[in-house]
Amino acid sequence: MFTYTLRRLLFAIPTLLVISFVIFALLDLAPSDPTGDLPLTIPPEVREQIRASLGLDQPFLIRYMKWLQQFFINEPLNILESLTGWQFGDGDRMRVLSWATRSPVVDLIVQRLPQTLWVVGLAYVFGILIAIPIGVISAYKQYSIFDQIGTFVSMVGYSVPTFFTGVLLIVIFSSYLQWFPSVYDTNLRVTDFQSFIAQVKQMALPVAVLALYNASQIARFVRASMLDNLHQDYVRTARAKGVKEKAVLLVHVLRNSLIPVVTVIALGVPTIFSGAIITEQIFRVNGLGQLLITAIQGADIPLVQTLTFIFAVLIVLFNLIADVLYGILDPRIRYD
Amino acid sequence: MKKLKILLSGAAAFVAISSSLAHAERGADGELKILFWQAVSTMNPFLSAGTKEVYASSMVIEPLARYDEKGELVPWLATEIPTIENGGFAEDMLSMTWKLKPDLKWSDGTDFTADDVVFTWKYCTAPDGGCAQRAQYEGVKNVEAVDPHTVKVTFEDPKPYPYSAFVGAQSPIIQAAQFKDCLGAAAPGCTDANFKPVGTGPFVVKDFKPNDVITLEANPNYREADKPAFASVTLKGGGDAASAARAVLETGEYDYAWNAQVEPEVLETMLAAGKGRLEISFGTQVERINLNFTNPDPSLGDKRSTTEAGPHPSLSDPAVRRALSLAIDRDIIIEAGYGQSGKPTCNIVPAPENVASTKNDEWCLKQDIEAANKLLDEAGWMPGPDGIRQKDGVRLAFLYQTSTNSVRQATQELVKAMWAEIGVDAELRNASASVFFGGDPASPDTFQKFYADVEMYTNNFDGTDPEKYLAEWLCDKMPSPANGWQGQNIPRYCNPDYDKLVGELSKTADLEKRAELSKQLNDMLTEEGAHIPLVHRGDQSSFALSLDGIKMNSWDSQVWNIADWHRKK
Repeated sequence: MFTYTLRRLLFAIPTLLVISFVIFALLDLAPSDPTGDLPLTIPPEVREQIRASLGLDQPFLIRYMKWLQQFFINEPLNILESLTGWQFGDGDRMRVLSWATRSPVVDLIVQRLPQTLWVVGLAYVFGILIAIPIGVISAYKQYSIFDQIGTFVSMVGYSVPTFFTGVLLIVIFSSYLQWFPSVYDTNLRVTDFQSFIAQVKQMALPVAVLALYNASQIARFVRASMLDNLHQDYVRTARAKGVKEKAVLLVHVLRNSLIPVVTVIALGVPTIFSGAIITEQIFRVNGLGQLLITAIQGADIPLVQTLTFIFAVLIVLFNLIADVLYGILDPRIRYD
Repeated sequence: MKKLKILLSGAAAFVAISSSLAHAERGADGELKILFWQAVSTMNPFLSAGTKEVYASSMVIEPLARYDEKGELVPWLATEIPTIENGGFAEDMLSMTWKLKPDLKWSDGTDFTADDVVFTWKYCTAPDGGCAQRAQYEGVKNVEAVDPHTVKVTFEDPKPYPYSAFVGAQSPIIQAAQFKDCLGAAAPGCTDANFKPVGTGPFVVKDFKPNDVITLEANPNYREADKPAFASVTLKGGGDAASAARAVLETGEYDYAWNAQVEPEVLETMLAAGKGRLEISFGTQVERINLNFTNPDPSLGDKRSTTEAGPHPSLSDPAVRRALSLAIDRDIIIEAGYGQSGKPTCNIVPAPENVASTKNDEWCLKQDIEAANKLLDEAGWMPGPDGIRQKDGVRLAFLYQTSTNSVRQATQELVKAMWAEIGVDAELRNASASVFFGGDPASPDTFQKFYADVEMYTNNFDGTDPEKYLAEWLCDKMPSPANGWQGQNIPRYCNPDYDKLVGELSKTADLEKRAELSKQLNDMLTEEGAHIPLVHRGDQSSFALSLDGIKMNSWDSQVWNIADWHRKK
C-alpha cells in the first residue's frame, strides 16, 4: 500500500506539470485582455504601457517559466518564512501577483478560503447527512410513497440549476418574507450570540441551495448502492441466521453499500475548494468560486492560472485518496 | 384652529431646524451601505482605471479641481480655477499655476503640500509603471512646486484647454510620503499603499478586502469639521446589476447601488416596493452604430477592414448610410431598453449643452421609412426577388455585431426589424464584452478589427471638452495591422476637411469658438454617416428614500459630494 501510494505520488508530478502547461497555454490563447474592462476613454498607447507593466510583452515561454519559479519556489519559501520566521536570502522575491488587484495571489486565496470552506463545506456535510438516511430508506422501502417523493425531490434538486433555486429562495425568503438577508456580509465577526444568529441567517440560504444539490446527487448513489447489496446472498444468509432486521440493514448492508459512496464523496471534496461559482456569485459570498469568476471576467491571468492549478492539484490528490480509501475499506481490493 | 396651525407649523420649523443641526456633526448618521455590482479591486486609480476603482477611490483621494453635477469646473483642493482672466493660466497657453487651499491635512495629520502634487505627476509618468491615467498628463512638460502652496504646470506645446492633469476623479493627488518607494516598476508591489491610500477626502480606508468589501471611516482630519455626516461607509461588491438594484429598491438592505443597468420594466416592479428611488444624470455616453467604410469581406484575408481592402461595396454609398439612419425609430429602442436613462440623439457629442448641436435633429431624430425607401430607390438599390435591395450584384445584407448584453441584443432585434422595412437585411452577432473590447490583436472579434459591416457599442469622453474625442476620427487613427489594430477611428472614416478642422480646434483657446468648431465636427460626422448615433445614455443609480444630499454626476465620480450626503430626518 505504501509503495503504491508513493508511486502514485511520483507519477502525479509530471501529470501536474503537464496540466500547468496546458492551463497556461489555454489562457494565453484565450482572446481576453486585462485592459478590456477599462473605459474606452483610456487611449491605446496607455493600454500598451499597462500590458507591458504586467509583463505581457514578454514571450510565452519566459512568462511560463517565471510563473513556475514564482509558484513552486518563491511562494513556498514565503510560506515557510512566515511560518518559521527564518530568512532565506534577502526575502525580496517576486511573488505571483494578481493583475486586477496587484496583490499577491496567495494572500487573496488565504483571505477567501474560510468563507468557501464554511459555506460550501457545510453544505457538503449537510448534503451527506441528509442524503444517507434518504437513500437508505428509499432503497429499503423501494417504490413506497417515501421512495417516490425522495426520488422526485432528488431529481428536482439535481436537475434544477442553482442559479434558479438561489434566486427563487431570495425572492421568497429575502424579498417577500424578509427572513434572511440576500447579501452575504463578509465583515461580520461572530463575537456573541446575536452575531452568531446573524451569521447563521446569512449562511442559511446559500447553504440550503447547495445542500439540496449535493444531497440529491449523493442520495441517488446511496439508494442505488443499497439496492445492489440488499439482494445479495449474504443478506439472505444473515436474515436466515436470525439477525435482527435493524442489524442486517445498518451493519451489513449499509457498511458494504457505503464503499462506493465514500469514493464518490472523496472525489467530490475538491469541488468544495473550487467553490460554488454560481451560488457564491448570487449571494455575494466572497469565496474562491467568486474569486475565480471575477478573475476570468477581468482576464486576471495569474490568478486564474494559480487557482485552476491548485484545483488540479486537489483533484489529483483526492483521486489518490479515494483509491487508497477504497483499498482500506474493501479488503478484497489490494494494490500491491 | 388657527392657533393649532401656527403651533404645528412652528413645530415643523423646529423639527427642520433641529434636523439641520443634527447634520452639523461629523458621523452623526452612522453607517452608509453601498453596493457596487462590480467589485472594487484596488483603491489606486492609477493602477486600475475601471470606473468602479475611480469611484471608490474618489471618497479617499481628491483632485485639485473637479466637475460638478452640471459639468462645470469647481476648485476642490485648489482655491480657484486658473484662467487667463485671473492670471492663473498664461497668455501663451504654455503654463498654468494652481494655488492650493491653505492648511489642508492628509488623513494621517501631516500637511498637504505642493510637493505631493509634483510627486503625483512623477508617479504616473514614471517609466514601466503602466499608469492607467497617463493620458491625463499628456503634453505636460514639467510640474514644479513654486512654494508649499503653489504648483506650476508647464506644457510642451500651447494647450488651449489645460484642465486635464489634477482635474476630475481620474486624476487625484496621492501622498508623496506614502508612495515614495512605489515609483515605476515597484508600483504593484506596494500592496498596502494601493489598498489603503492616505487621502484628503471625507473617508479613510479602514479595511480593504480586494474584489469584495471595503470599510471606510470618516476622516478625522477632513477640512470641514462637520462633515461627513456618515461615520462609516461599507462598500460591498459583486453580483449583478439587477440584484444590486433589488437590494436597494426592494429589500432595502443597502442605501445606494451604483449603475442600475436593468430593463425599465424590471426596475418598475422593484420601485413599486416603495423603498428607494432612481437618480439619473446625463454625461457624454452615446450608444452608436458604426458603419464600416472599408470592405470587411472575409475573402480578403488580412486586408479585410483596412483601407487596402478598398471601400465598402454598399456602405460607401452615402445614400445607403443615410437611409439606414432614417429607418431607425430611436424612441422604440429607448422605451424597450433604456427607459428614463436614455434620450434619442443624432450627435456623437451630446453634451454639455453649449457643444451639443441641434442641426441634424430635424431629419434624423424621427423615423422616416418613406424617405429612406425613396433615397435607396433613387440611388438605384432595387428590391430583389427575396425583398432585399441590391445593385450590380451587391445585396444590402449586413453583418451587425455588438457585445453580449441583453439590452444590446434587444436593440439589435429592433433595428433588424426596422431595416427590414426598407429592404435591408441584417445578420446579428454578439461577442463577450471582454473579447469585444479586449483589443487582443489575435482575436477576430474585437470592435477595433471590425470584421463586420456595422457594429454597436457606447463610447464617451472624460470631462467636458471634446477635443481629444473628436480627434479620434482623424484619418491616421484608423486601426490597421500596422499599428497592431490600435486606433480609435473605428468606422475608418477619412475626410481631409475634418482633419483640418480638428487641427484648428487644437489651436483655438476661446471657449465659444471651441464650442462652435466642436459642433461643426460633430455635424460633419453625423451628416456623412460615419456612424448612426442612437441613444444618449444616462447614468442611473438606485438610492434609499432616506438618503439626502445626492447630486448625481456624470462628469465626475458619482460619489463626488459624498461628504454632503446625509439621512433625511
